[in-house]
Amino acid sequence: MATTSVMGGAVRRREDPALITGRGTYVDDLQPTSLLHVAFNRSPYAHARIKSVDTAAASKMPGVVAIFTHDDVAHLGPLLAQVPIGKLRPLLSDGEIKHTGEAIAMVIAENRYQAQDAADAIEIDCDVLPAVIGLKEAKSDATKVHEDLDSNVLHTWTYHGYWEALGLEDQTPLVDAAMERDDAVVVSLEMTNQRLIPVAIEPRSVMADYDLGYDRFTVHSSSQVPHALSGAIATMFGMPLSDVRVIAPEVGGGFGAKLNVYNDEILVAFASKQLGRPVKWTETRREAGGATIHGRGWLGTATIVGTKDGEFLGYKLEAIADMGAYTQNFTVAIPLLGLWIASGQYKMPVSWTVDCVVTHTMTTDAYRGAGRPEAIYYLERIIDAYAREIGMDPIEVRRKNFWKKDEFPATMGCGFSLDSGDYDAAVDRLIDVSGYQDLLKMRDEARAEGRYVGIGVGSYVEVCGFGPAVLAEIGFSWASYGLPAAFNGTGMVRVNPDGTVTVLIGTGPTGQGHETTWAQIVGSELGIAAEMIRVRHGDTNDLPMGIGTFGSRSIAVDGAAAFNAATRVKEKAAKIAAHLLEAAPEDVVFEDGAAHVAGSPEKSVEWAAIAKAAYQAHTLPEGVESGLEENVVFSPGNATWPFGTHLAVVEVDETTGDVKILKYVAVDDCGNLVNPMIVNGQVHGGITQGVGQALFEEAVYDESGNLLTGSLLDYPLPTASDLPYFELSHTITPTDVNPMGVKGIGEAGTIGSAHTIVNAVVDALSPLGVKHIDMPLRPKRVWAAIQEASN
Amino acid sequence: MYPREFDYVAPATLEEAMGALGEDAKVMAGGMSLIPLMKMRLFSPAVVVDIGRLPGFDAVEEQNGHVSIGALVRHSATATSPLINLVATALSTAASLTGDVQVRNRGTTCGAIAHADLVADQPAAVLALGATMVAQSSGASREIAAADFFVDALTSALEPNEILTSVRIPKHGPGEGSAYDKLGRRGGRSDYAIAGAAAWVKMDGGSIADARVALTGVGTKVSLANEMAAALVGTDGSEAAVKEASQKASDDVTIIEDLYGTEEYKTHLASVFAARAVLQAISNVS
Repeated sequence: MATTSVMGGAVRRREDPALITGRGTYVDDLQPTSLLHVAFNRSPYAHARIKSVDTAAASKMPGVVAIFTHDDVAHLGPLLAQVPIGKLRPLLSDGEIKHTGEAIAMVIAENRYQAQDAADAIEIDCDVLPAVIGLKEAKSDATKVHEDLDSNVLHTWTYHGYWEALGLEDQTPLVDAAMERDDAVVVSLEMTNQRLIPVAIEPRSVMADYDLGYDRFTVHSSSQVPHALSGAIATMFGMPLSDVRVIAPEVGGGFGAKLNVYNDEILVAFASKQLGRPVKWTETRREAGGATIHGRGWLGTATIVGTKDGEFLGYKLEAIADMGAYTQNFTVAIPLLGLWIASGQYKMPVSWTVDCVVTHTMTTDAYRGAGRPEAIYYLERIIDAYAREIGMDPIEVRRKNFWKKDEFPATMGCGFSLDSGDYDAAVDRLIDVSGYQDLLKMRDEARAEGRYVGIGVGSYVEVCGFGPAVLAEIGFSWASYGLPAAFNGTGMVRVNPDGTVTVLIGTGPTGQGHETTWAQIVGSELGIAAEMIRVRHGDTNDLPMGIGTFGSRSIAVDGAAAFNAATRVKEKAAKIAAHLLEAAPEDVVFEDGAAHVAGSPEKSVEWAAIAKAAYQAHTLPEGVESGLEENVVFSPGNATWPFGTHLAVVEVDETTGDVKILKYVAVDDCGNLVNPMIVNGQVHGGITQGVGQALFEEAVYDESGNLLTGSLLDYPLPTASDLPYFELSHTITPTDVNPMGVKGIGEAGTIGSAHTIVNAVVDALSPLGVKHIDMPLRPKRVWAAIQEASN
Repeated sequence: MYPREFDYVAPATLEEAMGALGEDAKVMAGGMSLIPLMKMRLFSPAVVVDIGRLPGFDAVEEQNGHVSIGALVRHSATATSPLINLVATALSTAASLTGDVQVRNRGTTCGAIAHADLVADQPAAVLALGATMVAQSSGASREIAAADFFVDALTSALEPNEILTSVRIPKHGPGEGSAYDKLGRRGGRSDYAIAGAAAWVKMDGGSIADARVALTGVGTKVSLANEMAAALVGTDGSEAAVKEASQKASDDVTIIEDLYGTEEYKTHLASVFAARAVLQAISNVS
């Protein structure tokens, strides 16, 4: 029993039996009596002016209870964003359509089919206007996306300029000067980091039940951020937080798409309040494709300057990032997450400019990695091109420019400090576990046979563990929903009267196994088997505040909170146990579910006895208050900065352009590992989504703004059979930002993999002179690059 | 993903099924293609006639020189049948590359053929194999040659009152072999065909006596590459000869561009996979 609570143990996930046997409860499983259903009428046009909305026929159709349009809901005001730059989407269209899929009317009916029939029957008459889709076109301001904005460029992030209070130096002159040096090698590439659709197996789903008797809401939502939703509803409806209970039950994937609060969640709550009945909406797969946030969508030119022998002298990125039409939660701030890691693992001056532009498309926001995969992609692709240019091994080039182990904490030009790192150790491990020298030999032999085999290497550093309270100043907070402006961690540890333990945490997991990991954290600290511990999350009635799960933040922030709460519980329990054992508290140790005096395990008191004593005043030592629970809010002083280096071996069929991944090796360092199996699961999923971007996925709007890839028919996702076995390894460089020395691993695989695959394919085709291919590396693009290089 | 209202009937006999068919009715076997179309409201029949409970249509049978595959034979059964693998190799390969495990366990070979998708695998195979479609309507049965069956994208020669009850494929005789190969949308052979080809050859004394090649994924419909087949006949079937003939692979096809390939690329792939399929078919000759 005791082994199951050990930190660092590959404990099987306690969530899995329910989920694997189909017994988990998701929002769409909830079917209260008198439930009403929602369908939206959505714009088929990207840019249009509505002349009329005729709901007369639709409202008479069978089962239709109500149809709401803009005027019905305008009084609630638009749902705010946290980063208030750009245009907010009206709850229902105010007459100006800005992207396909924008909701015009909301139909409530007795069943989902009737709702859809009526939504289809609403007659919309509108003038269709020209759409702005391309990023360069948008930046040119030739056509405005929003007439009342001065420019399509909402904001420009620069490396030194995002945080004026820090007085950072503009390093652009340093980079430019380096380019003028006689010995400078300058390599530059324009590259696209394409728009992606975050596909969760469970689409978004929300059910609101307004209690007419007590004027309060119970809302179930497939959300990564239940407390934020609670705050948004309370703010918009002018209600106290205590009357808005939000529950996120099982959530089947999110990847950032469920980190937003959405208009539809507010509208469903509104409908329930208007109609006095529970109301539910579950998005269709097509709505998930076109009306839930997208990710990435960058076009940029990366330039690196270095010496002929591999010393980096500077790096410059000039990019345009697609915000979509409207601003949601963190939209305009997503590139900032990339900016902070713009220099990767390397010591060098950086000039970084990203223009955030609006287009007539769906909003972009956080998708697994959020800004960081983009930043690392540009950096690591151009480093690879530079290494090829000077004829140096890509690992050696990187190593030559790494921050060295004894330089941490290392302050970067962006003002942040890397907490800890040992980049050489990760690379050494990679060379070792991948058999790098043998791989090079194998590649060269294959080339001699006329085969196109390539090896790609990519390093990354990322930033997670959000976060430090200072981030709230730039909008990384839930302040616009009336909530505290800091991304603190929350953890409550409660020992129940029978000695079992309930842990309440402020996360919003979507499959990451928090119920297992937190049981290990708390169990290990208290000496209690994980089986005796129940972890609860996602119910705003449990805890006053919870930030949710995103940005690989949970373990480093909420994990630390729970750890500290467990430590405090243990301190109090030691006093009680000492009293029962007639010993001194400082001599008490906890293991195997009981307390005993160090060195005397034969006389012990079980947690049940300690708990029982804790809840009755007459059995407590003097000065100890009744009860045995602690609630901790943890505020980290810095983010955490995980890192790693990945390697891929690919073979290209030069006749068809088909890419086959022969081998994939990842060395990641996320500090201490609580549950290595769960960590590896996160790396697996992360790499898979990175490979998906590299090879398969692309959200495509045509020039009229029609989304051509709105269903899975045209949006290919990687499956297990498309992928090689991932060889995973970890180095461990703990952080001192939190007491467990953990950093976070949710996004590392995605941040580390896309460029690694592209680097490998370009290496495979380098004998032909191919220098770059834009993602996704579908066979047609690879083939076209081969043709171009061959001609 | 919510279909419009429709009537659902699950007849117990073929006669009942015939009675339920009409202009606005649609036959459903596995439903793997029909249901998604209905859920996206791209297709909304008034009546769905589920033939899944009809007895006697789930057999793979040898009938004097042919193998007959009934209307309810699943992709997985076609893919794993030793008989089909031996005497109609291209079809068993095509069935094994159709969809994923769930789709193969639910969808049917006849359903995939009747659906006539322009990027599907098995229609190309039955074209190359020179199969015959057996269509049943009320009181009448007719046979349709595969070459006449695939009319356009998602359009077959079946009348609204007809059910494709079986497909009959000539068994490979001495000197004959067939094969199917494709490039899938997720690379390798995964997913719908970006380009795919099925080939059947008859070898005689070291040269190709007869051949049929069919293409999928590249054109407006699955189609026979007759010019290429004609160019193959009389050659020795060497790699050089096949590759040369494959330059005519798309002569009979209207190539169309999609998200996975330009016209130029698809034209190129048509030749590549036509050649690969023919060479594999030759090596499959027993």
